[in-house]
Parts: sequence; C-alpha cells; structure tokens
Amino acid sequence: MCNSDSPNEFAQKLDNYIDSLPNKKENLIAILHYAQEIYGWLPDNVQWHIAQKLDIPSAKVYGVVSFYSYFTMKPRGEHVVNVCMGTACFVRGAEKLKNELENQLKIKAGETTPDNLFTLETLRCVGACGLAPVMIVDGEVHGKMHEPQEINEVLAKYRPEG
Amino acid sequence: MKLKDTEELNVLKAQSLKLIEARLAKEGVDTKNAAGLVRHILVCGGPGCHSSGSPRIAEVLEEELDRAGLADQIKVFEPGCFGFCEKGPMIQIHPDNVTYCEVSPEDVSTIVQEHLIEGKQVERLLFMDPNTKERFAANIPFYNNQLRIALRNVGYIAPENILEYIAADGYQALAKVLFHMTPLEVIDTLKVSGLRGRGGAGFPTGVKWEFTRRSEADQRYIICNADEGDPGAFMDRSVLEGDPHSVLEAMLIAGAAIGSSQGYIYVRAEYPAAIHRLKIAIEQAREYGLLGKQILGSDFDFDIELKYGAGAFVCGEETALIHSIEGSRGEPTVKPPFPAQKGLWGKPTCVNNVETLANIPPIILRGAEWFAKIGTEKSKGTKVFALAGKVNNVGLVEVPMGTTLREIIFGIGGGIKRHKTFKAAQTGGPSGGCIPTKYLDSPIDYESLMAIGSMMGSGGLIVLDEDDCMVEIAKFFLEFTMDESCGRCTACRVGTKRLHEILQKITEGRGTLEDLENLEKLCNIIKDTALCGLGQSAPNPILSTLKYFRDEYIAHIVDKTCPAGVCKSLLKYEITEKCVGCGRCAKQCPTRAISGSPKKRHVIDQERCLKCGACMEQCRVDGAIIRH
Ligand SMILES: Cc1cc2nc3c(=O)[nH]c(=O)nc-3n(C[C@H](O)[C@H](O)[C@H](O)COP(=O)(O)O)c2cc1C
Ligand code: FES
Repeated sequence: MCNSDSPNEFAQKLDNYIDSLPNKKENLIAILHYAQEIYGWLPDNVQWHIAQKLDIPSAKVYGVVSFYSYFTMKPRGEHVVNVCMGTACFVRGAEKLKNELENQLKIKAGETTPDNLFTLETLRCVGACGLAPVMIVDGEVHGKMHEPQEINEVLAKYRPEG
Repeated sequence: MKLKDTEELNVLKAQSLKLIEARLAKEGVDTKNAAGLVRHILVCGGPGCHSSGSPRIAEVLEEELDRAGLADQIKVFEPGCFGFCEKGPMIQIHPDNVTYCEVSPEDVSTIVQEHLIEGKQVERLLFMDPNTKERFAANIPFYNNQLRIALRNVGYIAPENILEYIAADGYQALAKVLFHMTPLEVIDTLKVSGLRGRGGAGFPTGVKWEFTRRSEADQRYIICNADEGDPGAFMDRSVLEGDPHSVLEAMLIAGAAIGSSQGYIYVRAEYPAAIHRLKIAIEQAREYGLLGKQILGSDFDFDIELKYGAGAFVCGEETALIHSIEGSRGEPTVKPPFPAQKGLWGKPTCVNNVETLANIPPIILRGAEWFAKIGTEKSKGTKVFALAGKVNNVGLVEVPMGTTLREIIFGIGGGIKRHKTFKAAQTGGPSGGCIPTKYLDSPIDYESLMAIGSMMGSGGLIVLDEDDCMVEIAKFFLEFTMDESCGRCTACRVGTKRLHEILQKITEGRGTLEDLENLEKLCNIIKDTALCGLGQSAPNPILSTLKYFRDEYIAHIVDKTCPAGVCKSLLKYEITEKCVGCGRCAKQCPTRAISGSPKKRHVIDQERCLKCGACMEQCRVDGAIIRH
C-alpha cells in the first residue's frame, strides 16, 4: 500500500481517475478496482463518495461491492497471504497447508493478525497447478508447500527483521 | 505506423521474419557451427515456471552473457507457457533446438560456458525418460501426439512484440476476411469447419455468429469471455499471456463477419499478467492501425476495450458477464432472449471463449476442410487441457478431439505419481464429473463425455488416485458452488447448501441410507429448476460420483469408514502390541490423548483424539501405530 499519501491525496487521485473516464456509470467496477488499489479496501465513506460522484444510489455501489469477492470492506494487513483452494491444490494438500498457516499465524482464513502484519485469505487457482499446493504472498507464488518448516521460512521473509 | 493496406502488412511480415528466423529451423543445428548466428534463448514465462523463478533465470542469463561478451549475439526473452510445467523452469535454445529442464539460476553459468561457448550440450539438464533413462534434447515424448492449433504461438513468439505475431502469419486471416471473403463466407467457413465453443457448452461457433448477424440492430457487440472460472484450469490464461494478438485478430474477424465495431474482453482480475499483455497488444494493434478506423485501408472500423471481473465465478456465464460489463451485479438472467438477440445494452452480442477465438485465424487461413479433418465426427479440431492433480507430468496439453483419456493421462501425462493407482479423472470443473477407470479408453469429445456423466467443460483435467475420497471430492465442488451461487434463484442458493450439508453429514459418519436417497432426489430437482448453468450443473459432481463410486458412499454410511483414509471423523488411530512404550507419541499429542507407563504399550483415548496423525508421524517403530 502507498502509505506516503494522505487520505486527501487518495480522494484527489480517485476523483481524477473518475473524471478521466468517458462513461462513468458503466465503469463502476473499474472505479472500485482503482479505489481498492489506492485505499487497500473499500470503506463506507469511499463507497458513498463514489455513489455521489457517479450520481447513483449508494445502495447500488454497496450491492456491487458485496457481490464480488475481490472487493473487501475490511482493511487488510500489510501482507496478504492467500492459499490456493483450486482443485489441483486441493487434491495435493491445500487443506493441510491452510490449517498449518492458520496455526502459524494464529488466525483463521479471512482474518488479520493483531499486529496488522498478515491477512490470511483463500483463492482459487492461480495457474501454478504444477506447483500444488501453492500459497501466494502479496502476489508472489510459493509452490510445493508441504512442510511446516518451509511455510515458516516463507512467512519469515515478510516479517520485520529482528 | 499505421498499415494502409495488405501490401504494407506483407512488407512488414517479410521484414519481421528475421525476428523469429532462429526458431523457424525445426531441425537441430550443429551447435559448434552455429557461431555467428544470432541465437534465441526462450525462458518459459508460463505461470508455473514464472512462479518457480524463470524471471530470475532470464536476469542471470543476461548478466552472464554480458560478462562473456555474447550479449549482442544472443537474444533472451520470456515467451508464454511451454506446457510441460512439471519440469519447469524450462529454457529452449534456438536454432540448436535444445530444451533444458528444471533449470536453476546456478545452472546458468554452466549453460553459458558449456553450451554456448564450448558447443556441448549440458547432458544433466536434458529431459530424462524416467523409465528408459534416455535423454532428449528435443522431441520430448510429452509433446508426441499433441497438436498445437490454439496454442500454436504460445511458448514460441514474444507476446509483447506484435511484429513476431505478424511474422508468424499474424493478421493475415484478417486481411483475407476483409478483402477476399464476404461475411457470409466467413460464417460458412466456421460452420463447415465444425468449430464448437470451448467455453463449456460446445455450441457451434458459426451458427452463433450467424444468429448474431441476423438480429436487426444499429450496433452489435463482440465479447471475449476470458473469465476462466474453473478452479484448476489455466488454458485461457496461457493463450492470453502467450499469444494475445490471436484473440484480438479473431475478435476483429468476428466483428467483420457479424457487423460489429466494438469488442470487449472480460478478463478476471486475478490474472494481472494477462491483463498487462492484453493492454500492450491492444496498444500495439492500434499503433499499426489494426484496431481503430478503416483497418488496413478497408471501410471496417473496430476497437476493443478491456473489462475486469472481480472474483465471481458466475460471471463466466454469459448473461451474468454482460451485466457485469454494464457495471452491475453479475447475476444471470433467463434465456431466451439469448445474447445473440438481446445482449450488452440490449444489443445483439456474440460471446466467445478465448480458446474458441484462438482457433479462428488458422481456420480462416488453412480452410474449413483442413480443420474438419481433425477430431471426431461431431467434435472437430483440438482441445487444450490443463492436466493436473496426481499425474506425473502436470502441464498444458493440446490434443486432437477423440484422443482417449488413457493417452492423455498415461501417455502424455506419464502415469500416476508415486506409482499409485488411478481412481478417476475429473473434467468440467464444478459443473463436471468424475470418470472412472472403465472409461479410460473412451475418446474425448463433447458427446462421449456427456454420455458418461461428465462434460468437456473448459478443459480442466484433474487426475485422482487411490488416496482421494470421492465423497470428499464431491463435497469440495459443492462447497465451491455453494460459495459461488449468486443467490438469485432458490433452487441453487438453498439447494446447494442442503446438498453440502448432507455430504458433510456423510463424511462425518452421521449419514443414513435415507440421506443418500434424498441427495439423489434433490440433485435432480436442482438440475431441473435452477435458473442458470451454475445451478443446473452443480449436482453433477455428486451424481457422477454416486454413479461410479456408490460403494464409497455406502462405506461411509454403513461401515462408517473412509476407504481412502481421508475423512477424519471416520479415521481411528490405534496403538498395537508392537509399541515399545518410548513415549514419543504421547509427548507430541496436542490433546494429551495418549497415556501409558514407560516401556509399556500405550493407548489412545478415542474421545480426545483429534486424528491429526502427529503420533503416527513421530513413531519410530514400524506398525506400532495404525490408522484404519
Ligand atoms: C456457471 C458458468 C460459468 C461459466 N464460466 C465460463 C468461463 O469461465 N469461461 C468461458 O469461456 N465460458 C464460461 N461459461 C460458458 C459461457 O456462458 C458461454 O457459453 C461461453 O463463453 C460461450 O463461448 P463459446 O461458445 O466460445 O464456448 C460458463 C457458463 C456457466 C453456466
Ligand atoms: S489449483 Fe492451485 S494453482 Fe491451480
């Protein structure tokens, strides 16, 4: 996340983006993607702001946000850990990998650690089925994650030094 | 520069041929005499190789080549997926036609020194047949019996350079359509070719185009469905990343044939690399006047816009997809009206899958008859499968329709991992079914897969072995459809939930024979009453496993055992008389369910046992702890 920008700058960026679009209403999903990219999530006030700007009911914005699993209304931790629950990973031990991650991070899938460092989520197939089971940290794929030790080593890379 | 006519396209093609010249030589060239020729090193950029470090390999290669002073004689780049993901990261050297497998950054200096400088192949990095121990520099058995039409350029050309696509006959089919064919001839060609939709349903593509063309309107739309929702499949992604222009060219052809000036590609947000490649491809096509106004000097205008999905499986369904493009919740609507009549913004719309589209330029160039000769009577051409699961050679394979599952799994796929026994092949993802051993020899085509209770689907092919519990697999898919049900119709929203509950009960050993009956009944009701394909096909994984693996359901219900040893609630860990009483297991047990005095046989308190298996992993005495 780009934390050097203040909330005002976020809002400015979002407005600039919306203003640059020729057909605003039909681009609601693209706008939400953009907003989530800069804010990291989609808080109520941002959804409300988008609704105002596009001149559509905020219920419509909420309806779209809640429909698509890619959009989140909860803030995420600094690093997002995803476990692939696609079929290929499932038959090669994704469930075990998920349990192990829940153990090591001491949270359940869908939650964020109290120190805000990791959010654990699941997704389905990133196309690296040959490396199943896979976990994805901040978009980087780590394959053949069978051993607790290996999993621990991957997580350690994202923990602050010391 | 904007291309003004076919002539300019041909000149550009002739100039660009040198870009791919080194790769055109199919026969190996003696590496010792290859000095002076610009060599190409292709570092596989497929999703598997990419994740296991191919970008780093390309980087180290560049550095090493620089150091060896070879940088200007050798071109390194990352094409799309080679397909043989199991042996990644892979690299290919041309014109030598040598492929190296499982390359690590540490191997790079050896390759540079031995292969590129001394002209000797690096034997240990060549593919080795696990049975005969024979090494292969080229013609690796994995690729025998494959035929690449949709994937023809994937893993071969540089996807971010339109000139390489043009050199490989790119946009020639478009030129032919614009200047030498009428729209009806194009549609006829597709009809005669027998091409059917690769997105799942297998609808004849030419017929769909004809319907869309026949609907009166001032505007029509072409949509490429790149939502690839089957969890465990990555064919469409590989085409988008490895050969994006073939999709653009096919959409242009569709636009010319159907009478449309605007196309959309609906691509899932989970595929950032594909999105990146598509953006570049669209920009380059615009730059060369292959998208925009008066394409190649004709009076045909066409442009393409990208639209992003946001993680909803149902958006792969065409009516839901259209609503999503319109900026709404991606809920399906009842058909008819079909998109071909009333689609995006109420206008006639033709929705085609990525792989379907990728087949079209070669069909136009080589003719309907050529394509129709490949495959079976009713299913023509090839199909790409994402082969994964418990098979030795995981990867992307493209085979002629009519190839048997045995050939794919045991021939190309190299059989089952760790010499285990094959149990079933799952095709069609959450809408498909499991195919048992007795059908291994049935030819793969749309009809025969339907007849045995599965479906072609988009091309996911997951191999299951003796360690997979079929009830658990059915439950896995139901959990998926339950999560992904959009909630619009009750049959699907509530029905999948009930199905999942019953399966949960059975896997926990609480199922009854009556549950089994209800399961079957409910499956059939949902099949008949759900609004869209998601719900209608959601019961398939249950119905097919019930049909072929009923004994496993019965074992869970009557004998309270899981034959594959997967369902935890039905497992029992026991300590036998072989126990020497060392106490290692008791120390490991997270719930302290194991007790016993030193040097005496220990016992497990079954009430407290979590069946985590930690005791068994710790035990050093063979057969002292058993699971049954
Ligand atoms: C629940 C559901 C999911 C689907 N997902 C996809 C998909 O991910 N990709 C796709 O191309 N078609 C998908 N389809 C099929 C599309 O509705 C449509 O038939 C297809 O895109 C048409 O293209 P084709 O004729 O070239 O196959 C799905 C259908 C259903 C019912
Ligand atoms: S199923 Fe996990 S990467 Fe494909």
